[in-house]
Amino acid sequence: MTGLKKTPLYDLHVKHGGRIIDFGGWALPVQYTSIIEEHRTTREKAGLFDVSHMGEFRVTGKDPLGFLQKAVTNDIAKADVGRCIYSPMCYPSGGCVDDLIVYRLGEKEYLVVVNAANAAKDFAWMTDILEGFPGTRLVDESDGTAELALQGPKAETILQKVTEVDLKAIGYYRVRDKVKVAGRTCMVSRTGYTGEDGFEIFSSPEDAPEIWEALMEAGRPEGLVPVGLGARDTLRFEASMPLYGQELDAERTPLEAGLERFVSLDKGDFIGREALVAQKERGLERKLVGFEMVGRGIPRHDYPILDAAGETEIGYVTSGSYAPTLDKNLGSGYVPVEMSGIGQKIHVGIRRRAVEAVVVRTPFYRRRRPTGA
Amino acid sequence: MSGVYPKDFKYTKTHEWIKVTGNIGRVGLSNFAQDHLGEIVFVELPEVGAELKQGESFGVVESVKAVSDCYAPASGKVVRVNEKLVDSPELINSDPHGEGWLFEMELSDPSELDNLMDVEAYEKFEAEEEAAH
Repeated sequence: MTGLKKTPLYDLHVKHGGRIIDFGGWALPVQYTSIIEEHRTTREKAGLFDVSHMGEFRVTGKDPLGFLQKAVTNDIAKADVGRCIYSPMCYPSGGCVDDLIVYRLGEKEYLVVVNAANAAKDFAWMTDILEGFPGTRLVDESDGTAELALQGPKAETILQKVTEVDLKAIGYYRVRDKVKVAGRTCMVSRTGYTGEDGFEIFSSPEDAPEIWEALMEAGRPEGLVPVGLGARDTLRFEASMPLYGQELDAERTPLEAGLERFVSLDKGDFIGREALVAQKERGLERKLVGFEMVGRGIPRHDYPILDAAGETEIGYVTSGSYAPTLDKNLGSGYVPVEMSGIGQKIHVGIRRRAVEAVVVRTPFYRRRRPTGA
Repeated sequence: MSGVYPKDFKYTKTHEWIKVTGNIGRVGLSNFAQDHLGEIVFVELPEVGAELKQGESFGVVESVKAVSDCYAPASGKVVRVNEKLVDSPELINSDPHGEGWLFEMELSDPSELDNLMDVEAYEKFEAEEEAAH
């Protein structure tokens, strides 16, 4: 595995027995002990993830809000300082460049966190858009930023042991900059990609290994485990969170992907708006659904979806897996709108056999929130 | 990994094993295979009566992340499959050379077994594969 990019935590992953794989050019652990165990521990206790491969762009200068409003589909004007907003970013066709989170850190300061595999493409795309906003700056800080995700019902208890800031004051999709975690200056947000409560902790690459070790130490009594990319994927999949390259790509629009609530057609102009308005007026032809296997088999990315008779190909699987928390074989995929109703019988083509499945409600998994919270 | 692999089995380069008793061969996946696949969550076995050829794909095992083909260590007719794996595919992980066996076949050409590795050869092969990973 030579020539792969390493995160600042690479040596720790190896030391802790991580099985390293090539993930889009990054040397990252797919698992430490077992995907299923790491998945279940994150749901029941807590898991610590290295997501330093993610891309981070800082937007400052004259008109960062105007620039972001043009670039992404959600309404960034809704973000007061300390708010995070999830948004797709579209091509003029309405297809997705990427999906990302915008963190508002100051009056005219935003951090945009994008998918690792798309970071270079996104930066080039956004740099082109920036030409219309003289005096606004876009800086790629990915190499200088490490990111850890601490996720699970015990995440707050664990993180609270190593920080003085009151974490209860950081609500869901809120961010606090310049917070001390284990004595190091970080940015902390209550965000994640697992369907659980949890935090993402951004720091300098030099500080990341000590923060990781301090969290692992603080989390030992709570049962915290390090978690690899395998469980990161099964966790996000069970929670029906889209993954770029699977649920989202340049061909599919956020409306088809069921992300309409992250598309603000009335905020003013943005790239892709015309196409999305037209698509909405026309009505969708296909949409993303979740389904559960009735017959034996596991659906996988790119398998064909067949009709109720199991004869005609009507769509394709975007993601599929054994779901460790639900103990079922589940999938998601695009089908014609008229075949997207809950309870619709479909089939998945698995090794030239049509295996029965049924469309079910998503998200497959939703965490129980503590009463009173 | 010396001592992990039964001495009376024969092994393939694709990490299946076969244990021959009389004319019947019992087939499974090696410890190396199960360890590298990770937790197995689904198995597709051949049907009883299916005729297999040595080296031909007879089914798949799936871990959380991956689908892997399995190849027949010898030619012959499938006479029995391990039904326990339908509900408990994890037996392949917990006991790959025992309870996690896949199926039994009636060998049509026992001389084919000479193409397979004995335990010493397999342990050496497995160690090389391990180093390459």
